[in-house]
Amino acid sequence: MSVDFAVDRQAWRHLADAQVNVELDTGDMILNLGPQHPATHGTLRLVVRLDGERVVSADPVIGYMHRGYEKLTEFRTYPQVTTLINRIDWLSSFANEVPFMHGAELLMGIEAPPRAQYIRNILTELSRIATFLLFLGEMGLQVGALTPPFYGFRDREHVLNLIEAATGGRFHPNFNRIGGLKDDLPWGWVNECRNTMKVVFDACNTLEELVAENEIFQGRTRSIGIIPQEVGAGYGVSGSNLRASGVDWDLRRDGKPYLVYPDLDFKVWTHPDGDSYSRYWVRLQETREAARMVVQMLDRIPSGPIMAKVPRIIKVPEGEVWVETENPLGQMAYYVISKGATGPFRVKIRSASFSNVSILPWLLRGVYVPDVITILGSLYFILGDIDR
Amino acid sequence: MADDLEREQSGAAEEVSVEQQLARTDESAAAEQARADADEADAPPTDEQAPGEPRPLDDVEQELLARLERELGDGVVESADAFGMLVVRVKPEAWRRAAEVSKHELECDYLSFIAGIDWQPAPREGDEAGGDTSSPVQPTEMTFGVGGSAGRMQVFAHVQSTKHHWGVTLKTDVDEGHPHAESWVATYPGADWHERECWEMFGVAFDGHPSLRHLYLPSEFEGHPLRKDYPLLARVVKPWPGLVDVEAMPGEEDGNGAQPAAAEAQSADAQSADADEEESS
Repeated sequence: MSVDFAVDRQAWRHLADAQVNVELDTGDMILNLGPQHPATHGTLRLVVRLDGERVVSADPVIGYMHRGYEKLTEFRTYPQVTTLINRIDWLSSFANEVPFMHGAELLMGIEAPPRAQYIRNILTELSRIATFLLFLGEMGLQVGALTPPFYGFRDREHVLNLIEAATGGRFHPNFNRIGGLKDDLPWGWVNECRNTMKVVFDACNTLEELVAENEIFQGRTRSIGIIPQEVGAGYGVSGSNLRASGVDWDLRRDGKPYLVYPDLDFKVWTHPDGDSYSRYWVRLQETREAARMVVQMLDRIPSGPIMAKVPRIIKVPEGEVWVETENPLGQMAYYVISKGATGPFRVKIRSASFSNVSILPWLLRGVYVPDVITILGSLYFILGDIDR
Repeated sequence: MADDLEREQSGAAEEVSVEQQLARTDESAAAEQARADADEADAPPTDEQAPGEPRPLDDVEQELLARLERELGDGVVESADAFGMLVVRVKPEAWRRAAEVSKHELECDYLSFIAGIDWQPAPREGDEAGGDTSSPVQPTEMTFGVGGSAGRMQVFAHVQSTKHHWGVTLKTDVDEGHPHAESWVATYPGADWHERECWEMFGVAFDGHPSLRHLYLPSEFEGHPLRKDYPLLARVVKPWPGLVDVEAMPGEEDGNGAQPAAAEAQSADAQSADADEEESS
């Protein structure tokens, strides 16, 4: 040996670096994330062009699950459409049904009775809790913590049991009818729900300690994937993702009044940072807020009928209506065009995840590969909500 | 069927909680007024039943329309209200300008969606749909919705303000032979995907879009599936498996358009092979 490495360690290092740089091609590399990747919640393919560990450009490829719901609605009657729209965002199916039913009711000029409105609202918020509990646990998984998902799944199960007890379906309740609901609540459900809300508060505390306050988690998510307000709005990012960027806009409070939200006392949480951590934090607070709302509604739920008077065969008068609601994933809206037939003429489904994900090419530029996963996780999309 | 019966039984009493909606306290007096107006307009159910009856614009809508008209001039063709939402139809030449005005003058910083409409009735509806209770019977002549249309194809979009919480739906006419509209990507970056979707689903090209390529469908896909003349292939290949004969309830003359007699005649040959269906009918 001609070089004495033991004497000059620094020289050895430079030598090694020089060698590597000469022999390796440092050009861009194209990496396919997905379509089958555990962190993508389904079949989202992300074509990322990498310079080393840094993303030069990212192009999401969607449509692996495109089911053509906008076309299918034109071949269905109004009550049948419920089955389809259940499967748009399958984690909060009940919340998908509400705006469509509300739109049909507006066009028909009927209104669901107060009790039905309350039950709808309770189940909508329960869907939100179930959706967010999954997120709050799963977000730990994105940074490599294996325990939180189990807590998330475990506690979500309590909420799903409630939804199942009331509607008969864990995932696809198909419980809304034009003018009301299919059934009333079962006996003892209100008390059961009240007990479960305690579980939810506990779950939030657990996950806050376990994930949100965790130093590693904060290190991996703080100031990662920052969405500025005006960029997020321009891309149509909505819901918790936009509120995490400091936009104080919640359709439950600011949109056209729907369900019983005007009667409820709740706070809209925002976070000024706009990074992955703030998206987690906002959803954590919103889960608690949703549980508070459910408790409020359980105290006030009126008695009475659960169905308005509706004709046996539903024909919706001619007209156009735009109904938007604050779903767990963001702004869920339907633009329903009716021609006075038993089925809709055209339904434009505005799903939240579609726009939330369309910001990815902008957002992922310049981040490191491991952060791609946390950003994807923190945006929280459901593939059915993207692909419709 | 059981649901329908239940619906009749339980629908005896109907209470409308308009007061609850009106008794809402909110931050903005103007917005409150707008909502109250909308509620009042919605309250009498007879109004809803009359199609095509114009509703007056409320204060917020009038202000939005005034701003649009000030900037676009005669670019604004028609405007109307649809359940508290302002619908404005603009000329195709003013489409891109409409986006800029919406973003800067109306302060609508949030793009909700861009999509297309094909106003032509689907050819397969009507007589052919007999017996297929899942198939809604649509009118056979072309009519246009709120705001009108110059022809078969339209592009419409909804923009909203995250600050003022108002929104407006903009529509523009698109030439049927050579469908194209101006792209909004320069104003709203989120228009990218929506315009790609509209392009593949309706065949509307967007001038100035950076890369119009397929979004949902495979790149070799031919045709524009959301156009009304594009058949639902699943129904072409195989008749709807849920065919049932609808008998009118006693004392009920008005069917849902699928006449029972026609249904029987059609479904008999359509499903002679399907023993299960025969039993159920």
